[in-house]
Amino acid sequence: MKKKHSSFSNFIYYTFVILFGFVMVYPILWMIMSSLKPETEIFGNASSLIPSQLLFENYARGWEGFGRTGFDLYFRNSMIVTSLVVIGTVLSASIVAYGFARLKFRFKPILFACLMATVMLPVQITLIPQYILFHNLGWVNTFIPLILPAFLGGQPFFIFLLIQFIRGIPRELDEAAIIDGCSTFGIFTRIILPLLKPALVTVVIFAFMWTWDDFLAPLIYLNNANLHTVTLGLRNFMDADSGTNWGPLLAMSSLSLLPQLILFAFFQKYLVQGIATTGLK
Amino acid sequence: MIISPWLLGFFLLILGPIIASLYFSFTDYDLLSSPNWVGFDNYINILTNDPRFRQSLTVTLIFVFVSTPLKLIFALALAMLFNTGRKGTGFFTTIYYIPSIIGGSVAIAVVWRIIFGRNGAVNELLQSVGLSGTNWIGNPDTALSILILLIVWQFGSPMIIFLAGLRQIPTELYEAASVDGANRWQSFKGITIPMLTPVIFFNLIMQTIGGFMIFTQAYLITQGGPMDSTLFYALYLYEMAFEYLRMGYASAMAWILLVIIASITLLLFITSKKWVFYESEGGKS
Repeated sequence: MKKKHSSFSNFIYYTFVILFGFVMVYPILWMIMSSLKPETEIFGNASSLIPSQLLFENYARGWEGFGRTGFDLYFRNSMIVTSLVVIGTVLSASIVAYGFARLKFRFKPILFACLMATVMLPVQITLIPQYILFHNLGWVNTFIPLILPAFLGGQPFFIFLLIQFIRGIPRELDEAAIIDGCSTFGIFTRIILPLLKPALVTVVIFAFMWTWDDFLAPLIYLNNANLHTVTLGLRNFMDADSGTNWGPLLAMSSLSLLPQLILFAFFQKYLVQGIATTGLK
Repeated sequence: MIISPWLLGFFLLILGPIIASLYFSFTDYDLLSSPNWVGFDNYINILTNDPRFRQSLTVTLIFVFVSTPLKLIFALALAMLFNTGRKGTGFFTTIYYIPSIIGGSVAIAVVWRIIFGRNGAVNELLQSVGLSGTNWIGNPDTALSILILLIVWQFGSPMIIFLAGLRQIPTELYEAASVDGANRWQSFKGITIPMLTPVIFFNLIMQTIGGFMIFTQAYLITQGGPMDSTLFYALYLYEMAFEYLRMGYASAMAWILLVIIASITLLLFITSKKWVFYESEGGKS
């Protein structure tokens, strides 16, 4: 609705939106600013966002890590897991979506119903038997349990999203390609995949964000400290209860959000569209 | 077959485990020795003989029934505010959406633990206006509210879905209503809400289901305490399975959770017939 607003109502509106917005981002600003404070000010001058001096020492101390493992290792592990999950998700979800959207095969309606049912399934149902399976295969304390599912279809929600998108691509394109002698797989790689790019961007961003943030799966599968991801690293740091170093912990917490915030800054349009159209997240 | 990656995943990681989970729920499997069939023992013990189960269910139900409506009210109110055609709303929507993106992270759990601690920022702010705070996270009366606050704070995604829904409502409807002399409240009740019911329903389902699964934040901020006041269902299930290695018991808990979530979802779907309005049906709200 385009309407004229009186300057008084505008004033009230912007005052409210700005103040409330400040409250919304306060915890995040607080974290970043406190990571630059000396330890005494994190609690002594807790609510203030402005440090008396800017201290980068917390970052150096945090990077050293806790115990014998430094955050360089945690970041590397998170990067390995996250990038492999993103690659696996894009590869498998796009090809499976293509199959469901374009090909005819036996039991398709039943299998599609199964796919949709898994979207709603609580993780707890499959968590324990999956753990037992991976335990018996000897894959606990490897990255395989975190990565393998992504290569086997990944999040069913992603498949669904891509199916919807492929259905919007005109079939005439496929038919023209068939006449030109393109194989089924050729249609996928030459026609569908390039057109699928915008939807794939959404998938990449969400797959990255969720995997980077994931805590439960690493917690269950990675007991070896050398395999810990950033999320587990922060937990270790926090649970070193006798005298937690809050400054370095906040520094590493801020750093752990950096990839997500950068991704968000670059792709917020896609993210917002992805949410608005599919209800992801 | 081109869908074989998913097919393999489905049988190996979903269907197989579902069947296995049902089987384990009738055993006393502890991962170390082979499972013994115990019949309905797990279920009977959970339902009649486990006060911590009841506590975890109560905590989770309170959490879901308080946080979901609050979250949706905030989401709708701000979506309405951002739909008034003023300048700069895109920027503010983005700002308000950031907590939804990073709110589930360990980093934010760390922040919550410090801000709401005894010497945290919240207490300092309260003291500056002459109020005395409490140890929000260490106090059984307040710990759950602090977790609810954390989840409600992440109202950004339902807000964006509401915003998309609001933009679908034809402006002619509002114009016609104002010609008929309807005031703002009347057009909100008579047009906005009915037209938005499919989106409200969608958000309600998604947030309710999501609410039952909350784990990470509780695990990191309160560890279920103090005095089990934040012992969420998923947390208790995790404890049983991975700390006590009572895989059979935890599997039975997972099935009870599935039944609870399925019943609530079904109930929402049944009642939705009475209040969700789909344009294509041309019916009344």
